[in-house]
Amino acid sequence: MSTKDLRFHPEALIAGHISALPKSGIRDFFELVNQMDDVISLGIGEPDFPTPWHIRESAIYSLEKGHTSYTSNLGLMSLREEISRYLSKLYDLEYCPVSQCIVTVGVSEALDLLLRAIINPGDEIIYHEPCYVSYSPCVRMAHGIPVAIPTFQKNHFALDPEDLRKSVTRRTKAILLNFPCNPTGAKLNTEQLRRIAEIAIEKNLLVIADEIYSELTYEGSHVSIATVPGMYERTVFLHGFSKAYSMTGFRVGFACGPASIIDAMMKIHQYSMLCAPTIAQESAVEALRNGHSAMLDMKEEYCERRNVISKHLNEMGLSCFKPEGAFYIFPNISSTGMTSKDFATRLLSEQNVALVPGPAFGACGEGYVRCSYATSIENIVEAMRRIKTFLRQ
Amino acid sequence: MKEKILRLLRENARLSDEDIAERLGTTPAKVKKTVAELEKSGLVKGYQALIDDSMLPESKVKAIISVNVRPEREGGFDKIARRLARFPQVTSLYLVSGSYDLEIEIQGETLQEIAGFVSSKLSSMDGVNSTVTHFILKKYKESGRFMEDDDEYKRLKISP
Repeated sequence: MSTKDLRFHPEALIAGHISALPKSGIRDFFELVNQMDDVISLGIGEPDFPTPWHIRESAIYSLEKGHTSYTSNLGLMSLREEISRYLSKLYDLEYCPVSQCIVTVGVSEALDLLLRAIINPGDEIIYHEPCYVSYSPCVRMAHGIPVAIPTFQKNHFALDPEDLRKSVTRRTKAILLNFPCNPTGAKLNTEQLRRIAEIAIEKNLLVIADEIYSELTYEGSHVSIATVPGMYERTVFLHGFSKAYSMTGFRVGFACGPASIIDAMMKIHQYSMLCAPTIAQESAVEALRNGHSAMLDMKEEYCERRNVISKHLNEMGLSCFKPEGAFYIFPNISSTGMTSKDFATRLLSEQNVALVPGPAFGACGEGYVRCSYATSIENIVEAMRRIKTFLRQ
Repeated sequence: MKEKILRLLRENARLSDEDIAERLGTTPAKVKKTVAELEKSGLVKGYQALIDDSMLPESKVKAIISVNVRPEREGGFDKIARRLARFPQVTSLYLVSGSYDLEIEIQGETLQEIAGFVSSKLSSMDGVNSTVTHFILKKYKESGRFMEDDDEYKRLKISP
């Protein structure tokens, strides 16, 4: 006969800062959508294109050759060299492949490593909202304090340097920037970059540049904050292959920056992840060596979809800023009188169109929804037709 | 603009002027004008459907024929190539590098029809040295399109 140990409560063992973490706002909605068939989803934050065949074929080749063991903790040297060449060519950024680059399991891991490497408990990390769902939780998991700065449609969702200045305290350690931005499609102009850099230098802050969408810039070319004078030495540049090369499931990204910080990140990576998957790393080498034209083709198609979706949304009275990068558009739905959540829930149940309520990306996302245009034009046009019907009712 | 319209039409020639204008962020009138120019200049020769013949109850017989020819003193390969191209059975014709000179794609109702064309028209033509006929058994891809669809792979319906 067994007696239940009444003193043992597994839930009580969970660390305080983890129990306090809210679940992602996307999660509940995902469960709801998942129960339905015949849904047109504008809620997907990853490319719809299959990974270009030459990259997949090189993954098969890696498997055939039996390249299935660990790589160096920092990642394959050949990949780090390609990354170094790529960043130099595309963004005029020079990083030493030996000491200034670490290959990670997506940008997600790179961000986690970086935050854990720099945060002492109580340090503040400033970021802009609406933003990718994991920024605030990752800061908290690293025992830091996330400090959100709202951004607004009237400013095209760019971070206002004055707002940034007001948010800096003596505990501020870093500013986390994500431009082009998920979920708004915003980017920063050179003047805004310069003024943010000025503040970072004046207040002696690190800048974390999550530039995962950098290739997908439709207006002008991408300028990394790391290239602004005085910023190279205080910027960690995060990037990966998921978006531009349509390789989300390969899970491979990287961080480049000051050698001392990369070294600290490497310590955590070494003891936790060890290395990014070898096959994914070899595929990433192929992507950088031979994937440029396939990437540009995908970019061109995203740009066309952007033109279509922004025209339709504006025509039906959902005002939106025409995104300048990434593959999201963030229409203002406040004219409907509904909350973002009501709008998304009712649109889903009445017209089978899924999108993500704005507040999933931060409180200031209320009154907005995120539509991803990483789906076919046919789907976009049909979804727009359904939203139009929904608005009429 | 021309290049972009050509790219879209290559992908799907049935796009309307309005569809194209929306994608390129321009007006239907401008698209209409450009397409008319492209057609008039002869750059766009026409529009055709891509058809998977194997799904038809009775499909035509197709073959690729490689032909060795003796070029003429004046006119080189062009004269004989143009003569061959006039036969309605010939659907495509290329001058190619390598161990033979002309590559012909040909189509007929029956195997006999093609065999008859090769023996009575092609091989006997002045200037044709030899031919090799490859009957097409199965088409996997044409003009960038797969004939068999992959099973659909579904992404998560919502992701961050």
